[in-house]
Amino acid sequence: MQNESKSGRKIRVLIAKPGLDSHDRGAKVVARALRDAGMEVIYTGLRQTPEQIVEAALQEDVDVIGLSILSGAHMTLFPRIMELLKEKGLTDVLVFAGGIIPEEDVSELKKIGIKEVFGPGTPTEKIIKYVLKNAPKR
Amino acid sequence: MSKVEEIARGVLAGDKRSIARAITIVENSPQEAQKLIALIYSYTGKAHVIGLTGPGGAGKSTLIEKMVREYRRRDKTVGVIAVDPTSPFSGGAFLGDRIRMQDLSIDEGVFIRSMATRNNPGGIAKATKDAVKILDAAGKDVIIVETVGAGQSEVEIIKVAQTIVVIHAPGLGDEIQAIKAGLMEIADIFVVNKADRENADKTVMDIQAMLQLDDRKKVWNPPIVKTIAITGEGVQQLLDKIEEHRQFLQKELGHERSWEKAQAELIEAIRDKVTSSIIEKLKREKLFEKILQQIVNREIDPATAAEKLLNQEQLE
Ligand code: B12
Ligand SMILES: Nc1nc2c(ncn2[C@@H]2O[C@H](COP(=O)(O)OP(=O)(O)OP(=O)(O)O)[C@@H](O)[C@H]2O)c(=O)[nH]1
Ligand SMILES: [Mg+2]
Repeated sequence: MQNESKSGRKIRVLIAKPGLDSHDRGAKVVARALRDAGMEVIYTGLRQTPEQIVEAALQEDVDVIGLSILSGAHMTLFPRIMELLKEKGLTDVLVFAGGIIPEEDVSELKKIGIKEVFGPGTPTEKIIKYVLKNAPKR
Repeated sequence: MSKVEEIARGVLAGDKRSIARAITIVENSPQEAQKLIALIYSYTGKAHVIGLTGPGGAGKSTLIEKMVREYRRRDKTVGVIAVDPTSPFSGGAFLGDRIRMQDLSIDEGVFIRSMATRNNPGGIAKATKDAVKILDAAGKDVIIVETVGAGQSEVEIIKVAQTIVVIHAPGLGDEIQAIKAGLMEIADIFVVNKADRENADKTVMDIQAMLQLDDRKKVWNPPIVKTIAITGEGVQQLLDKIEEHRQFLQKELGHERSWEKAQAELIEAIRDKVTSSIIEKLKREKLFEKILQQIVNREIDPATAAEKLLNQEQLE
């Protein structure tokens, strides 16, 4: 089936909002779209520390982490998240992001393992397709 | 060591990653799940399992957050399984209970897992029971299961939990009807949450009235506890009542309940096994489709077909 990964299990996604950022419309839009595409979406709510996000990802055993950020603090928060993921051995999780992230930062973020970044106006179909194609097959 | 053995070993050592993986296994792979549970089963039965059920929006998740904090103050480790519904249309689910439990994530003595029902009826997922066993084997002292926002038929929780807390709140409309119809019979403790709202006492009185009408013979009288989940008021009393109930179970009913639960689980396991072995056999012998066709053609009805199959009779 289209909404399941190759092994037949449902794709589990954590949608998280790191830092002091209360712009949550985008995160909710993306969470809802992925749910409607047949995935199990865990939403953490606002104002998460990198530690909380990584712990939630670990306990929920997710395949994908989606970070939503519009505050401008991605260059300090994202590297910390990637570091903690490595520390906890969560290296097979697909991490991607969206929100207000300037073009020049995107290549830096890709270097530390953020696989893709989607900015304002991205159609949700594009995000769904990306996850279906790139979610790790476990 | 096989992957499952390795995970089982990790679970028994309380390793979070292994616990998380183990729950994924019981959700997705029945055969591996059986192996895993077989490996850990003898280590289960120590935790006190609390079921929290009640209408959507009553404050279940918010209350659990405060309960966990209080249990931590009392030096207990805690596992939480929060169940939300799967959308019957997309098969997907939005699991939002964690939003209310954010700060607990990083407490080493707490493990929280969200779970979708995957269209299992009764208010919990099919894998919830096994997930409870995993947290139990991992050494959690207390395990709290949050059901989906429940109506009268969401009573599966009784098969999983020892103490059932039914939560209600003023301002949820006619939901009291649902409690009357189904949840009341399973409640060990009632909570009236949102006691900061003015009509909370009316809700308490409604429940009291309902309890008075219940003329079943009772060995335990369900108390009613008022709480304000957003501030934590009443949570200590709630935990005290839960502890009272736990001791009551141990003294009075413990054996009977575990016997009942074991019986229900055995019957369910037999039903699962027998059903799937018969269906697999039929499919192997290419009979399944044939019988389906006969049923569709109204040549035989499903119950008669099933009976004949069980008696190994030929269907013509
Ligand atoms: C609405 C809005 C608000 C609302 C937020 C309401 C809410 N609950 O979300 C309010 C009024 C509260 C607000 C407040 C502020 N805002 Co404002 N806000 C906006 C605005 C106009 C639209 C954002 C929005 O909701 N878009 C609609 C959603 C659907 O789009 P989206 O979030 O971009 O999401 C899409 C993609 O980015 C992507 N996506 C998003 N998340 C994710 C996650 C994943 C995993 C993936 C794959 C994709 C993805 O997919 C979505 C669909 O296409 C933007 C400007 C803009 N045009 O973006 C400013 C903007 C984000 N705000 C800004 C600012 C500065 C503020 C304030 C600081 C203003 C102030 N001085 O008080 C405060 C901060 C509040 C806080 N504590 O965080 C700046 C941020 C600048 C920056 N980062 O450099 C912006 C860019 C405006 C600007 N041009 O200056 N804001
Ligand atoms: N005034 C008041 N609001 C409360 C109280 N407890 C919870 N709430 C609010 O009630 C709403 C629902 O709370 P939840 O904890 O999500 O309820 P729930 O029963 O888990 O809901 P579902 O999981 O959707 O079934 C939230 O907005 C809470 O902040 C309380 O004691 N008083
Ligand atoms: Mg809830």
